Amino acid sequence: MNGAHDMGGMHGFGPVEPEPNEPVFHGEWEKRAFALTLAMGMPGGWNIDMSRFARENRPPGDYLSMTYYQIWLAGLIDLMKERGLVSDDEIAAGHSLRPAKPVKRVLSPADVAQTLHRGGPTARETNSKAAFAAGDKVRAKVINPLTHTRLPRYVRGRVGVIESVRGCHVFPDSNSQGLGEDPRWLYTVKFDGRELWGADTDPTLSVSIDAWEPYLVRA
Amino acid sequence: MTHDHHDDHHHSHHDHGSDLTEMQLRTRALETILLEKGYIDPAALDELVDIYEKKIGPRNGAQVVAKAWVDPKFRKLLFEDGTAAIGSLGFGGRSGNHLVALENTPTVHNMVVCTLCSCYPWAVLGLPPLWYKSAPYRARTVADPRGVLRDFGVELPKDTEIQVWDSTAELRYLVVPMRPAGTEGWSEEKLAELVTRDSMIGTGLPKQPKDLQ
Repeated sequence: MNGAHDMGGMHGFGPVEPEPNEPVFHGEWEKRAFALTLAMGMPGGWNIDMSRFARENRPPGDYLSMTYYQIWLAGLIDLMKERGLVSDDEIAAGHSLRPAKPVKRVLSPADVAQTLHRGGPTARETNSKAAFAAGDKVRAKVINPLTHTRLPRYVRGRVGVIESVRGCHVFPDSNSQGLGEDPRWLYTVKFDGRELWGADTDPTLSVSIDAWEPYLVRA
Repeated sequence: MTHDHHDDHHHSHHDHGSDLTEMQLRTRALETILLEKGYIDPAALDELVDIYEKKIGPRNGAQVVAKAWVDPKFRKLLFEDGTAAIGSLGFGGRSGNHLVALENTPTVHNMVVCTLCSCYPWAVLGLPPLWYKSAPYRARTVADPRGVLRDFGVELPKDTEIQVWDSTAELRYLVVPMRPAGTEGWSEEKLAELVTRDSMIGTGLPKQPKDLQ
């Protein structure tokens, strides 16, 4: 979706403001928001691509005025509501008002280290051949899906060069919709800064993205 | 996030003396619901927070970089297969299943961003700082990286190539900065003290030997 989350190249946000000696979390509620989101992944059963879509899928004005962990919480609540795990009246009441929906597993303290260690690898075996090789010129397609995609707007229609072939990986555009992992070849594609931002751009700049094969055509 | 719950009458702690912010109240309420439903174990939440506050952080990445500075075999493997090399030090897993190390040289400077969300190599750097997740960084880095570097007080030679890596997939990038001069014969442990978090994102440079004195 063309949401406010797709920020590459936007103007007007002002300078980057590093915070000296920044703590990992700002306040107790951020710790809980972070941990609730990670812990609910197990009983909730959604995947990372569904989580990302749940976070970005909100009106641009809301997205831009919320803090990072406010967006996480809003995404978590949407994911849970979609699956009937919680409802608005319960959130308003601050208590469970009806029996829990059965869930497969709950994250236990003993599971935590192992779950993090396992992570979520996305590389998959394949019998298919990669369509492109390092050095090939490719154009990023012009697409504007209403659903989740990882092709940023600022590269759409632009020509770049395949820098690396990264293997076959779970395709977010499909996985985010519950349509299966549909693994596709993944490439790092390098664009000259001037191709992205115009002739006046600093000639020393290049930008790469990681792009699945369906995002690309030969140029 | 569209309305508040000040009228909630079941909360026993909405007295004026409470220093709980609205977000604390909301988050606590949500945790209460999920606990009552049996979906979460609060001790697992404590453990998650503890791990990312105390165990997984930029010191992991600094070990990787310091080893790459002293061990040519490790360095070679690191740039060929980052996941395997970094895995040999015990780091990997969540937000680090597919790791790619980027080599800074006298002619190329690498910077990492996630314009679409906040992808970051947790396994080697821990959770990202606020600025990494912020709109200014996500918006400007791909178009004006030198301007972003100036926000960090970093000025690179005009002819240095700047390569920005937008983390749009599950590959996670770790910048390997150049080893500072005057560190010949230093141990990995001492070298690791020079490796800052920002130098492994590409928004900073490593400390110099004089900075440790």
